[in-house]
Amino acid sequence: MSPSKTSSDSDQDGLRRLETMMLIRAYEERLAELQRNGAPGTCTSVGQEACAVGVIEALDARDRIVTNHRSAGHLLARGAEPGRLYAEVLGRRDGYCGGRSGSLHISASALGVVLTSTIVGGELSMAPGVALAQQMGHGEPGGVVAVFFGDGAACEGIFHEAVNLAVQWELPLLFVCENNQWQAFVHRLETMRDDAIASWARGHGLPVERVDGNDVDAVRAAAVRAVTGIRADGRPRFLELVTYRLRGHVEPDDQSYVDATELARWRERDPIGVQTARLVAEGVVDAAGLAALKRRIDERLDAALAFAHASPWPASETLTEHVYA
Amino acid sequence: MPRMTAEQALHRALREEMHRDARVLLMGEGVATKRRDLVQDFGAARVRNTPLAEAIIAGTAVGAAASGLRPVIDLLFAPFLTYSMDALVNSAGKLRHISNGQFAFPMVAMSLTGSGWCVGAQHNHNLEAMFVHAPGLKVVMPSEAADFKGLLKAAIRDENPVLFFTDIGLLHREGEVPEDADHVVPLGEAAVRRPGGDVTLVSYAKTVATCLQAAEQLQARGVSAEVIDLRSLKPLDEATVLRSLRKTGRLVVVHEASGLCGIAAEIAALAVTRAFDALRAPVVRLTGPDAPAASSWALEQAAVPQPEAVVRAALDLVGEGREMRRNAAIA
Ligand SMILES: Cc1ncc(C[n+]2csc(CCOP(=O)(O)OP(=O)(O)O)c2C)c(N)n1
Repeated sequence: MSPSKTSSDSDQDGLRRLETMMLIRAYEERLAELQRNGAPGTCTSVGQEACAVGVIEALDARDRIVTNHRSAGHLLARGAEPGRLYAEVLGRRDGYCGGRSGSLHISASALGVVLTSTIVGGELSMAPGVALAQQMGHGEPGGVVAVFFGDGAACEGIFHEAVNLAVQWELPLLFVCENNQWQAFVHRLETMRDDAIASWARGHGLPVERVDGNDVDAVRAAAVRAVTGIRADGRPRFLELVTYRLRGHVEPDDQSYVDATELARWRERDPIGVQTARLVAEGVVDAAGLAALKRRIDERLDAALAFAHASPWPASETLTEHVYA
Repeated sequence: MPRMTAEQALHRALREEMHRDARVLLMGEGVATKRRDLVQDFGAARVRNTPLAEAIIAGTAVGAAASGLRPVIDLLFAPFLTYSMDALVNSAGKLRHISNGQFAFPMVAMSLTGSGWCVGAQHNHNLEAMFVHAPGLKVVMPSEAADFKGLLKAAIRDENPVLFFTDIGLLHREGEVPEDADHVVPLGEAAVRRPGGDVTLVSYAKTVATCLQAAEQLQARGVSAEVIDLRSLKPLDEATVLRSLRKTGRLVVVHEASGLCGIAAEIAALAVTRAFDALRAPVVRLTGPDAPAASSWALEQAAVPQPEAVVRAALDLVGEGREMRRNAAIA
């Protein structure tokens, strides 16, 4: 994997990335806690925070995102309010979708997070259309579209249809495969060869990078290369981020089916641990600084949860609203 | 008014709407090859040949619709819609609601359906009721050339995803078509094709003509049949059906798709739940069988309700209605 720190990186940027990853982690761990007490199940992205933060940082306000069921990291990295996210998961009126989405398909058009699909592969089917609209002048000038999907989605036929069309129509689309080794309860090596995803993508003839998805700086650097390339020539790019799903598929999940040695090995490569160690070694942050960060995040999430719990349920009369325009 | 085929009327509608609104684009397997004139006039960006991959055609339309375009996709034969069903049903139909109205999906999916070409079951399947069952979608299926133009224009202008089914057997049938660029037939308005007072025949697409033929034959036997062409299956014009039923008290519903959970079942339920007091006889459904469409011409014809069957059903109802009245008088 490539050396990650680039000259444009300041210490502050590194710290900000760490904070966002910690926010995502804490946000989802609280959600898991809630779920032990009866809240609806959520697919967390614990272990994959570097993917979300690294890629989203390479994007700007012009760009749009299409994502899937494991989207809290993408949304938070993009600036979503944790309170409105919690409210959505709890089915409350102040959620980003008025409580109609739940945790699995939260979209927030104001943040450029469009079309979240929980049908595995649905995100891949729609993304070329969003990019086509962009290409035909219906987005922000210079914008690109990023679609996040898993290794499981890569096994769907629609993966090939989407990549092929994006290449053929030269769509400004960044494919981001978060290869977290798991497809619900099936290890991906049961369904594909180790290097399958990158090879398949390469076979479609677009530039492909396979990077360490647990190193936020490496992810960001690769994403910047890809996005810069797309902005320059309007053509699609493909990133495979090699990472690991540290929690279960959907909360609650005891992970009894997971190989303990593999899990332990990946825990050592926890993206938050990796980034913390780096910043500590560089003298950017110390124990007291980390504790202060943690406190700030906790306070923010306390307030967010209070907001969500205080948000009213949607009125039952609204059950059939927004079905038709 | 010029006469033209349904196919020509559809082409007119596409051309006029592409002219009217620069956001309208057409995508499909061969659309740019078959509609050269549209490519010439509107550019290759707006008339696109696609790979042979219905799922990505439909998905791309969904994403494009949500992002500011108004795509029309030609999915060729209705059975191929099953490949595109995820995008149509789970995305186009649901994401407006799931997102709490943040996105709209103004798009049209066109396909050919129904008997007439002996193309067999994998190219002929009346799937319209399946899509009626999916929330968020609208479904139209015209019978007359003028409506092919007017309904396609309405579908393109609509803010919702619309499934536009073209009955293969009608494609080359001619009719008078208004030249007016604003000849729009609103979705959700049935047409009374023939007024009558004794029995209501409700249908759509090819079997509207079947009902009209039956009505002629019934007239000769002194029975006056009202023929309703639904045109739009969703939204469904319940008012027109009920109004007719209150007048005639007798109902025969006719379509080519299979009967179980079909449109006829819905119309029958409408009759008994909303006009039970007006019914003078049981409702009759004449539909295709629960079997894959036949390719042999003889079998294909046998699967589709014929005028004779409609006539027989209507005569039965009229007779049975008298019987019921007589029984009621005795009791
Ligand atoms: C079409 C479809 N099939 C199955 C599922 C059930 N399901 C939800 S998430 C998931 C695993 C997807 O794996 P992957 O694409 O690798 O994403 P990850 O969950 O690992 O992020 C499955 C099978 C689904 N939502 N959609």
